[in-house]
Amino acid sequence: MSAFLSQIARNRWILPTLVVTGFAVSILSHYQPICSGYTQIILITIGINIILCVSLNLVNGYMGEFSVGHAGFMSLGAYTSAVFTTKWTPDIPMLFPVAVIFGGVMAAIIGLLLALLSFKTRGDYLAIITLAFLMIVKSSWENISYVGGPAGLLGVDKYTTLPWTFFWVVVTMFVIRNLVYSKFGRAIIAIREDEIAANAMGVRVREAKILAFVVSSFFGGVAGALYSHLNFINPKYFDIVKSTEILVMVYLGGISSLGGSILGAVVFTFLFYQLENMGLGYWRMVILSSLLILLMLFRPRGIMGMRELTWFLPKRELKGRRKL
Amino acid sequence: MKSILILLGSLSLAVLTGCGKSSEPSVKIGLNTELTGEMPAVGASSQNAAKLFVEQINAAGGIKVGEVTLPINLVIGDNGAKADQAAAVAQRLITKDEVVAMIGPDASVCAIPASDIAEAAKCVMISPWSTNHDTTLDPSTGKPKEYVFRACFTDTFQAQVLAKFALNNIKAKTAAVFYDSSSEAPNQQAALFKKTFENDGGQIVSFETYTTGDKDFSAQLTKIKSTNPEMIFLPAYYNDVPLIAQQARSLGITAQFVGSDAWSSPEIIKLGGAAIEGSYFCNHYSTQIATPIAQKFMADYKAKYGQEPDDVAALTYDAFGLLVEAISDGGSLDRQAIRGALAKIPKYDGITGTMQFQPGSGNPIKSAVILQIKGGEFVWVANAQP
Amino acid sequence: MLDHVLYLAQQSINALQQGSIYALIALGYTMVYGVLTMINFAHGDLFMLGAFACMLLVSVLTPVLVVFPPLLSFIVILLLVMIIIGVLGASIERVAYRPLRNAPRVSAIITALGCGLLIQSLTLVIFPYSKSMPKLFTNTTFELFEMPHPDAAGASVTLTITALQIVIICVSLILMVALDFLIRKTRYGMAMRAISFDSRTVPLMGIPVDRIISTTFLIGAGLGGAAGMLYGLAYPVIAPSMGILVGWKAFIAAVVGGIGSIRGAVLGGFLLGAVEVLAVVMFDSSYRDLISYSLLLLILIFKPYGLLGQAPNQKV
Repeated sequence: MSAFLSQIARNRWILPTLVVTGFAVSILSHYQPICSGYTQIILITIGINIILCVSLNLVNGYMGEFSVGHAGFMSLGAYTSAVFTTKWTPDIPMLFPVAVIFGGVMAAIIGLLLALLSFKTRGDYLAIITLAFLMIVKSSWENISYVGGPAGLLGVDKYTTLPWTFFWVVVTMFVIRNLVYSKFGRAIIAIREDEIAANAMGVRVREAKILAFVVSSFFGGVAGALYSHLNFINPKYFDIVKSTEILVMVYLGGISSLGGSILGAVVFTFLFYQLENMGLGYWRMVILSSLLILLMLFRPRGIMGMRELTWFLPKRELKGRRKL
Repeated sequence: MKSILILLGSLSLAVLTGCGKSSEPSVKIGLNTELTGEMPAVGASSQNAAKLFVEQINAAGGIKVGEVTLPINLVIGDNGAKADQAAAVAQRLITKDEVVAMIGPDASVCAIPASDIAEAAKCVMISPWSTNHDTTLDPSTGKPKEYVFRACFTDTFQAQVLAKFALNNIKAKTAAVFYDSSSEAPNQQAALFKKTFENDGGQIVSFETYTTGDKDFSAQLTKIKSTNPEMIFLPAYYNDVPLIAQQARSLGITAQFVGSDAWSSPEIIKLGGAAIEGSYFCNHYSTQIATPIAQKFMADYKAKYGQEPDDVAALTYDAFGLLVEAISDGGSLDRQAIRGALAKIPKYDGITGTMQFQPGSGNPIKSAVILQIKGGEFVWVANAQP
Repeated sequence: MLDHVLYLAQQSINALQQGSIYALIALGYTMVYGVLTMINFAHGDLFMLGAFACMLLVSVLTPVLVVFPPLLSFIVILLLVMIIIGVLGASIERVAYRPLRNAPRVSAIITALGCGLLIQSLTLVIFPYSKSMPKLFTNTTFELFEMPHPDAAGASVTLTITALQIVIICVSLILMVALDFLIRKTRYGMAMRAISFDSRTVPLMGIPVDRIISTTFLIGAGLGGAAGMLYGLAYPVIAPSMGILVGWKAFIAAVVGGIGSIRGAVLGGFLLGAVEVLAVVMFDSSYRDLISYSLLLLILIFKPYGLLGQAPNQKV
């Protein structure tokens, strides 16, 4: 059994196969009732959470900063894309991909601004800047009546489907995986280990940091755009609790690990809904938080912290590993 | 790596085995309510009333559906008083548990997103307590939703009742409004009250807001005090009102407090004490002017749970009553047939008065009451007819 | 004219009350950060427990307390709450944070987040409904000043302060001064400052690091508990979720003041209270969060290490 499992974990053909079958099944589920609407919603939520986790992992895991404002970027993507589809181009489902990219770009622009403003700060001060940013963004939505104010935007077209979610998960994974194993990825890992030394070794610290932040907020915005086109958006949803939830998923799965982010998102989302199903009420959060504490005590880096699923490693890394 | 795959495997196994279903014939009705989160008292009342109703129907044999009589199988979902969870629970009840109809959610912040799910799935939803327009009205087209109903009056009616009461009975010419701007129901209630009160000749001297979770209101209240209103309208939930009232009194504000139906939980008396004594609010029913049906319900509820039912409990009971009447009238468990029969109910005698749905809309025509908090209980003051 | 002065004076009293509570909570964050460079995210929930502990203590001790004058029973309860929450804070450190001292810094932060969630959800299991806080003394309202309202006949403009506001502001100030003395003038304080200056060399000097850290958690959590109790008395409807928002706000206050700096935390707390009230006074109250957080963001952009904080010495 275990030999078989490790065979699967090593086999490099599994990932492309999974991607292709995933697409096929998700498109099929659109025409054939394979699973109930509820299961679809859970799968889509898992997909959105994977995008959120992987993108936050770029900043919090690979770069070693502590951003708590990811829900803010999510809300930027959610609102701008929803305004795009409901107010500017109503009833043109063809433009949904454009809306998602638009949402991502808006989040990235604000992310760039925030990165430029906060470049001087690091660590916990960055955490607080992102926290203040989150509060400002949420309060702004509540005060802009064009986007519905505190009631939020209602009646957003339900364009987010399983195939679209799957597509964006694959895009996010592809981009961030390639980024992490590029020269740029080396740079941000060097910054995490020691910023001053990295700078001395000729790493362009400023550019690398800003790029990581922008890419992360872009995909945060994409996740938000997918979320908003499920039905509606409400400013209250994008609060500090949502940010904490994303953080928990990232650190549960493990920092600096794409496989870990997927795992964290799947396990957390699944448990979250399953425990509600079981009618546990407040015990749900007791169970989830105890699990988190125990996991941190016994595996401080998360389930897959600093380790990667073989599927995501580039070939040259594998060669190096065998020699060792 | 191996251990992780094993973990994943066992997790998915747990899911598959955990999905056993009983297949006894029954009428599945979903309840989507606020058991946890900001207003657990609302969810508890709703759940209590639902369980009482189902128990009574099942003890009598069940609902007559055409030729057969079937018991009710109640499926309860907790929406945590959050919009996204309410939508997910609605999705679960309708598509996974395949209920014939859904009762709830109660709070507007949850009822509005859940109603979109119900409408898209063509499944009847009756919200017991949500007074917000957007629950039964599609905001983008302005048309009523076909499958969404409610068992209570709307905010427009409530604003008219309160504005009239303020001008004629309290004889207030100036009013301040203080509300949670980040919450759906208070927001609409505040705006509608302002509009109606000003139309009827009153003057709003101060219109202040706070955010959910705030506990210190002294800055806004000091601001309100400087405008010297005769009354303060507080469309806030039972958790916030006591704090606002106490802080206002200790700042020396003597104005009359007036509230909306969001006040109705008896918790407000426990928490508020002397500060809210003498305040008025608009509500769905009063235990003091109960009809014989309502008295029976109150007695049963008290016997089972040891407390008086609040309006959420009464409205949930009525929502179930309406639904069961529609099922037996239509004689079918088909969602569309239930919808047709529900809209056609000529006159339903409920705990909260008689009701009848307006043609082509999920809003019932029904009356409201004004209550006053006096000596630790809700005292009936006036009735307001539509 | 005079009515405007009274209005502003009243708002200043409001700001002082809010500020002193923020400052008390911010102290707990800043002390822990000072010695461990770790953000104790469970602090907001310990703060919440302070209010609940007070409620339970009062209901248990009422038969004993009636014989004492109210002020004395208030002090007894306050000390008991501080001890209980302090011990709880120190035990959380012992059980959940100490094993992670050599793990990545962020693991401890996430564990703290988990501990906070656990405390909050367990309290929710026991007290699902909001509770009303018992009164420890009659909250008299003192009218400091009164004049007829310039616009409305028969009405009056007053400046009021409640007994509770006086107690809250005084107790907070006493605790802050005591803490400042403890850190600057005692051997414990010296050891604490030494650890925050260089945590690697200090154990070599024979300083019992574990004990100092435990004491720091004891004091920090105790102050949080005291703040929770005062907060509960001031806003007497308490709920298990009340720690989240206030906790995060106090954390922001600690950082704006310069995290790790005791005086900075106090300054940050009062500043946040003042800014929040000022935003309501000058603008529409729905813009309060927008304006106050933008202002704090600006401060951090121009003073990246807070108002009184020092840039950490970075070593390669």
